[in-house]
Amino acid sequence: MAALLEASNLEAYYGWSKVLHGLRFAVEKDKVTVVLGANGAGKTTLLRAISGMIRTGGEIRFAGERIDGQAPEDIVRRGIAHVPEGRGTFINLTVEENLRLGAYVRKDKTGIREDLDRVFHFFPVLKEKSRNPAGVLSGGEQQMLALARGLMLRPRLLLLDEPSLGLAPVLVMELFRIVRAINESEGVTVLLVEQDAVAALELAHQAYLLETGSIVTSGPAAELRENDSIRRSYLGY
Amino acid sequence: MAALLQQIVSGLSTGGVYASLALALVLIYQATGVVNFAQGEMAMFTTYLAWTMINAGWPYWAAFAATLAIAFAAGVLIERVIIRPVENAPVLTIVMVSIGLLTIFNSIAGWIYTYTVKPFPSPFPSTPINLGPTTISLQDLGVGGVSLFVLVVMYVFFRHTTLGLAMRAVVENPVGSRLVGIRVGWMLALGWGLASLVGAVAGMLVAPLVFLEPNMMSGILIYAFASATLGGFNSAGGAVLGGFLMGVIENLVGTYVTFIGTELKLTVALAVILLTLLIKPTGLFGRVAVSRV
Ligand SMILES: Nc1ncnc2c1ncn2[C@@H]1O[C@H](COP(=O)(O)OP(=O)(O)OP(=O)(O)O)[C@@H](O)[C@H]1O
Ligand SMILES: [Mg+2]
Repeated sequence: MAALLEASNLEAYYGWSKVLHGLRFAVEKDKVTVVLGANGAGKTTLLRAISGMIRTGGEIRFAGERIDGQAPEDIVRRGIAHVPEGRGTFINLTVEENLRLGAYVRKDKTGIREDLDRVFHFFPVLKEKSRNPAGVLSGGEQQMLALARGLMLRPRLLLLDEPSLGLAPVLVMELFRIVRAINESEGVTVLLVEQDAVAALELAHQAYLLETGSIVTSGPAAELRENDSIRRSYLGY
Repeated sequence: MAALLQQIVSGLSTGGVYASLALALVLIYQATGVVNFAQGEMAMFTTYLAWTMINAGWPYWAAFAATLAIAFAAGVLIERVIIRPVENAPVLTIVMVSIGLLTIFNSIAGWIYTYTVKPFPSPFPSTPINLGPTTISLQDLGVGGVSLFVLVVMYVFFRHTTLGLAMRAVVENPVGSRLVGIRVGWMLALGWGLASLVGAVAGMLVAPLVFLEPNMMSGILIYAFASATLGGFNSAGGAVLGGFLMGVIENLVGTYVTFIGTELKLTVALAVILLTLLIKPTGLFGRVAVSRV
């Protein structure tokens, strides 16, 4: 099993305070990996560390090459799309402009055109509202836009920060179904951080459990679903 | 009636100058959140460069184009070297830096070129031409036309190119911009470059009217402030419209409110600023950012 992304002894800092304490994890190619954790566990920080937004220690390898210490602008160019917490939407720009920004680092004009049609196919509502300012979209539509913007990079790795946040359960199911479809049909590797453990474990192949900046459990998602202590504290049944 | 139309038409011409400088102010305001008080002096200084080239025998339009190129490069350089280090500093610090720049450009211009007023050539003859009930001089038409042309080019750039889109994205959401791969620092520098460029256009167009001297832009800058305030500091299109409006207002008030005359024109600009801030602080076209919580 080939790892597309590997981190070892990963630490992350806000100023002088250390938030991640030496993590080791791997994201397998073509798979969906989820990192579960409660509020403040460090999920967002983990993604920020990967995309170069904060100071880190340890090592991060993407497709075999070190990427830790690089700037976000350069990490995107390697094919890592980060859909951040709060979705990173440009609310005063139109839906289509948001999507075009997702493909900002690409040079293949015809490919971009094709991908625009492709995401409109996945998310018909975005096509309908392509000329509207993104700020007028509903929360669910904005989440779709954020995901679609990430796809416009034609990424090798897609980082998703709590896409379920603020969405009704049916919408979460719908969104995760699309993420699964993208993963399967487009060969996009996904690293998802989530609090909604039920839905996320349903979607993912591999799972990690993060508590106050350390990984406490990991394994195939199916196994974690059966794990008693996880069931009690995260799945609630 | 014809006289009124006359005043409006010639107001639109100077309005183009105010619009250009107002756009320059707005470009930097949107990128950095502060008003660049040195905008007028930067325009003045580049106009001196044009004057130097023309005096050295360059054809007018060659000097014009070269000046735009220099202005653009200088704007980029100023951002990279002087503004960048204070980018994340409190607003007051950046304001002080821009006032510092103003003083520096003013004294350097005075030092090199002295404070003696110099004539600056116009590429347009002052021949009047008839437009229906009103006449307009080729000079006015040229000034209005050139500024309008530059403004349209800017519009097309911001609306229809990827680089323009990236610059708008940076203004709105720098962090999100970095995540899609935009080099934010360079976009800010580019904003300064373009602002400096449109400012230079304003300087060269207005210099034949106000004559060339180190303080030539101070009155124009106040009018540009008024334009941007009137149209809305967070709306580039609004500021441009505000510029044309101010040109017309200036002319009408100067002509019809006789006790104001030409001496008190600056008061008009200040009154517009004050009234806008009292009645509609965001300006005519300014918007409060839409956002969902
Ligand atoms: N910008 C910041 N500056 C300082 N500390 C921060 C910052 N962002 C997060 N932290 C701290 O880092 C820790 C991890 O935060 P993080 O945002 O990664 O958690 P999270 O798992 O994403 O939580 P949530 O589910 O609420 O989004 C928390 O203790 C938080 O207080
Ligand atoms: Mg988070």
